[in-house]
Amino acid sequence: MSRRTLKVVGWRLLQVVPVIVLATFAVFGLLQLVPGDPAAVIAGETATAERIAQIREMLGLDLPLWQQYAQWLGGAVQGDLSTSLITGLPVLDEVLRRLPNTLLIVFYALLLAVGISLPLGILAATHVDGRVDRFVTSIASLGITVPNFWVGMILVGLFALQFGWFPTTGAVSITEDPGRALWHATLPAIALASSGIAEITRQLRSALIEVLSSQYVRTLHAKGLSQSLILWKHGLKNVSLTLLTVIGLVFNRTLGATVAIEAVFAIPGTGSLVVASATNKDFPVVQGVVFILVMIVILCNLLIDILYSILDPRMNKQ
Amino acid sequence: MADMTSPVPSAPLLDVRDLGIAFRSGAGMVQVTRDVTFAIAPGETVGLVGESGCGKTVTGLALMGLLPSATSHITGSVQLEGENLIGMPARQLQRRRGAKISMIFQEPMSALDPVFTIGQQISETLRAHRSVSAKEARERGIEALARVGIPEPALRFDAYPHQLSGGMRQRAMIAIAIVCEPRLLIADEPTTALDVTVQAQIVDVLGDLCARLGMAMLFITHDLGLVAQTCSRLVTMYAGEVIEQGRIDDMLVRPRHPYTSGLLRSLPALAARKTKLPAIPGRVPMRGEMPDGCRFRPRCDFALPPCEAPQPLDPVPPVGQVRCCRNDELELKGVLS
Repeated sequence: MSRRTLKVVGWRLLQVVPVIVLATFAVFGLLQLVPGDPAAVIAGETATAERIAQIREMLGLDLPLWQQYAQWLGGAVQGDLSTSLITGLPVLDEVLRRLPNTLLIVFYALLLAVGISLPLGILAATHVDGRVDRFVTSIASLGITVPNFWVGMILVGLFALQFGWFPTTGAVSITEDPGRALWHATLPAIALASSGIAEITRQLRSALIEVLSSQYVRTLHAKGLSQSLILWKHGLKNVSLTLLTVIGLVFNRTLGATVAIEAVFAIPGTGSLVVASATNKDFPVVQGVVFILVMIVILCNLLIDILYSILDPRMNKQ
Repeated sequence: MADMTSPVPSAPLLDVRDLGIAFRSGAGMVQVTRDVTFAIAPGETVGLVGESGCGKTVTGLALMGLLPSATSHITGSVQLEGENLIGMPARQLQRRRGAKISMIFQEPMSALDPVFTIGQQISETLRAHRSVSAKEARERGIEALARVGIPEPALRFDAYPHQLSGGMRQRAMIAIAIVCEPRLLIADEPTTALDVTVQAQIVDVLGDLCARLGMAMLFITHDLGLVAQTCSRLVTMYAGEVIEQGRIDDMLVRPRHPYTSGLLRSLPALAARKTKLPAIPGRVPMRGEMPDGCRFRPRCDFALPPCEAPQPLDPVPPVGQVRCCRNDELELKGVLS
């Protein structure tokens, strides 16, 4: 790693702190707008107002909001993400138990998106305005406008209920049975990937068209390089930056989209956890999930920044 | 007929005959150049001049086979060492590009791939045409950089384009073009985007290379001052046609076409001092609104009714040609006497 790369890493890590504080603070604030009272949930439907107040005091919910938040943040800094208000179980354990299910469908979806959009984008860009290009472009436009969860429902209806090729719902741990885990994850991953495929294809197509019609590509032709060398060596290296940016964005968006997809496929992941906890105002759990997801997003961006500084020599200009 | 079309006495290196280029545009084809005929002898430097939009660059690109085949239609013939490049299969043409015939462009800023080093871009050219080892490619690449006057060539070899100045980039571009020692270099306005002081250096480098490698050069420019320094012959294009060609010494003294005369006299460096610079009135006609007969007629001070007829290229002894029916009677002014 060059000095510049190390600097990028250091700088990014410094930026992590305020980002996490801001993200958790925003979530904490928004959560107060959600109707519901964890004390009432715990106390049960028949509990008296006194009993509820007692529980509220026990959980520290009677404290001012900023104190509640400060307490949570203080614990989080020390690696303690507190316990669930409802179940009393450690949040970190719960999040880490569910995270693999979510990450499985996210990475599966990302792999599908990149694997499918790469050849599509290249095909379209090398046959501009041809039949292939028009077909790919219209499919991509469709993919962007159709919501993921709707694709998910169609997939379930067709391939799970109609043909019975895939299970309708649920997940299997990847460590227990990788084969069945992938089988369960396939439909959710396709649903998640649909908009990513469209996005990456479109961006790759337009970036590659621009590169291939650039003056330096004309120079490459003038030098007598072959069509394939120009495309695969110069074309791809020049679009790799655009590609990286888009893949990063698609990753972040896919992570967010799991909330709806996990609901459609009843997958016990972080997305469904956050939905359930938010309804109960179980804020330590919501905070914990957000905290971990923000960390993942930041890690992903960090990785992209490092790749940038490796791929683009112009980044090294002081 | 032979005398008419090939003004170069010995077997020419490049022989362009009746080159016509048409672009597909909307419904039909638009003819961009027609009947472009000229030749270049081995080792000769020829200037191709004219205002912007006269078809100079397009002609250069057509010689290289770099016009997109889907949107352009090329007629006529371009013989390089006896082989016709027009209609040659793409693979064969590709083997000649960069090896026998090379081209450098106007914008050194955008003509080099930004994410590869200068060295990588030289080496890949060499390795596309010659079977050399990586080490050998490096040595010959550094040698090429030294040849175009880049200081510390071994260091610059590993530099990226953005780390070099405009002049250095154009030198690097030239190094890439000549690394395989081509027989012909097409230089398309190679100095237009550069500072005046750097322009002269680049012209010197090019002249020096031609002399040392025995390389011929087609120097495309609108700057007649540069042409006067470097070229032995001059081809003037106007509105997609060759309208005059001949030895530069003859043309500077007595141009035969009013357009060439106008171009020469509008040059501050060459024009007579303490006189108002004469400009050619009007502009190059747009494609699709070409006048009948002589295309320069609407802007010409000497136009007469016979000029409304199509003008053939007439021979001008000993080796010149001109597309003007009044060339004998007119005593046009040059810039030398």
